[in-house]
Amino acid sequence: MTIVYDDLGDEAASEVPVRKIRFTINGQKKVAEVEPRLLLADLIRRGIGLTGTHRGCDTTNCGACTVLVDGKAIKSCTMLAVQVDGREVTTVEGLASASELHPIQEGFKQEHGLQCGFCTPGMMMAAKALLDHNPDPTEEDVRWALSGNLCRCTGYQNIVKSVLWAAEKLRAEA
Amino acid sequence: MFPSRFRYEAPHSLDEAISMLHDGGDYVKVLAGGQSLVPMMKLRFASPEMLVDINNIPGLAYHRADPDGSLHIGALCRHADLEHSDLLKETQPTMAAAAPLIADPLVRNRGTLVGSVCHADPQGDWASVMMALGASVVAQGPRGRRAIPIAGFVTGPFENVLEPDEIAVEAVVPPAKGARSGGYLKLERRVGDFATVGVAVAVETSGGTVVRAGIALTGVGGSTIGATEAAAALTGKPLTPESIAAAAELAAGAAQPKTDHRGSAEYKRHMVSVFVRRILGATAPGATERAA
Repeated sequence: MTIVYDDLGDEAASEVPVRKIRFTINGQKKVAEVEPRLLLADLIRRGIGLTGTHRGCDTTNCGACTVLVDGKAIKSCTMLAVQVDGREVTTVEGLASASELHPIQEGFKQEHGLQCGFCTPGMMMAAKALLDHNPDPTEEDVRWALSGNLCRCTGYQNIVKSVLWAAEKLRAEA
Repeated sequence: MFPSRFRYEAPHSLDEAISMLHDGGDYVKVLAGGQSLVPMMKLRFASPEMLVDINNIPGLAYHRADPDGSLHIGALCRHADLEHSDLLKETQPTMAAAAPLIADPLVRNRGTLVGSVCHADPQGDWASVMMALGASVVAQGPRGRRAIPIAGFVTGPFENVLEPDEIAVEAVVPPAKGARSGGYLKLERRVGDFATVGVAVAVETSGGTVVRAGIALTGVGGSTIGATEAAAALTGKPLTPESIAAAAELAAGAAQPKTDHRGSAEYKRHMVSVFVRRILGATAPGATERAA
């Protein structure tokens, strides 16, 4: 992985503080050398090339960049890449297997849970974190869990239905 | 957006972290949840030379009640830990009401109560809650530990009294003198927005008499406002519709709201009195109807 840093021409530029980190992303072990100011969203998108994690507002509002770190849903634009050293990251690419969609993805397809699709990866990851610890959520539980994710197509109704669909499918499979 | 360049250290002990703060230079910041600090660094409102990330220090993620009844919240206790805490639901009505209203679920998974109090945003919810409860922040530095009451901890917007080489290691809520009641109400345009108005009320009652009361206001002034006169109007007597009405008026009077895109000053001031009455109305059985 190569990341090119700006040469600011000053003393600091001759000594870019780079740190080596080890982490797991979607089950794969990785080693990376990162500047501490690199954000997790950029490590994922530009460093690893997994562009399913979207950068929306870039100001900790929209939740399009939601990923799981050690199973917890967080905003990857508001965490430093160096902070995932030794941790496990799951992105939307980690949901589907080679041959089939994850029930959450299937739910979004069945219930028309997306229009433009920009917020969808974040919605799915927030939903994943919810369903991992609450397999039988109420509609209110779903709305609560997704309240940090914004959809500007105003499609919440179907997003909630999608997650409830997935919950039912996952329970049936269990 | 990305922050300007900084050095980064992630020590494994408090002593190590404190010596890094001590030796680190002119502008070193402690990184806990990072849900305020990282956005501020991205916007270049803050450009520290060095970050000391305390997330790898064991033993700071707790919240627990001591045998004397005091509640201790460690520097790495996340908002989500408090939101899902049975201990808080059973013993701390004001905190239990506030925890689910902090930011949004994703931010609550990272952000910390102690970090929020240190950040001292006038629109931060926890500082008001802690002020209403008469809590303290415990700071640890090269010269040892000291407890700083919240009322003297936050000195202005984004300002606290921590020395550059001190870390806020925990917040402490003192034991209750009676049965606790109260709550936190927050007016926000949408989930995750800053408070248009927030009101924290904490009351302790013994034998039908209020033995301690605290009221503090979020988002209606240049920093967190302690409505001490309003709280005094409740103390030493039973909760009655009259005492509640008096406290609501005094709290509204203590607010220093400004008209902005979230609402007019008059509206915000009015909402302070509505929230005080609403919380205390729910607290005092039978008082709701007349006080509301």
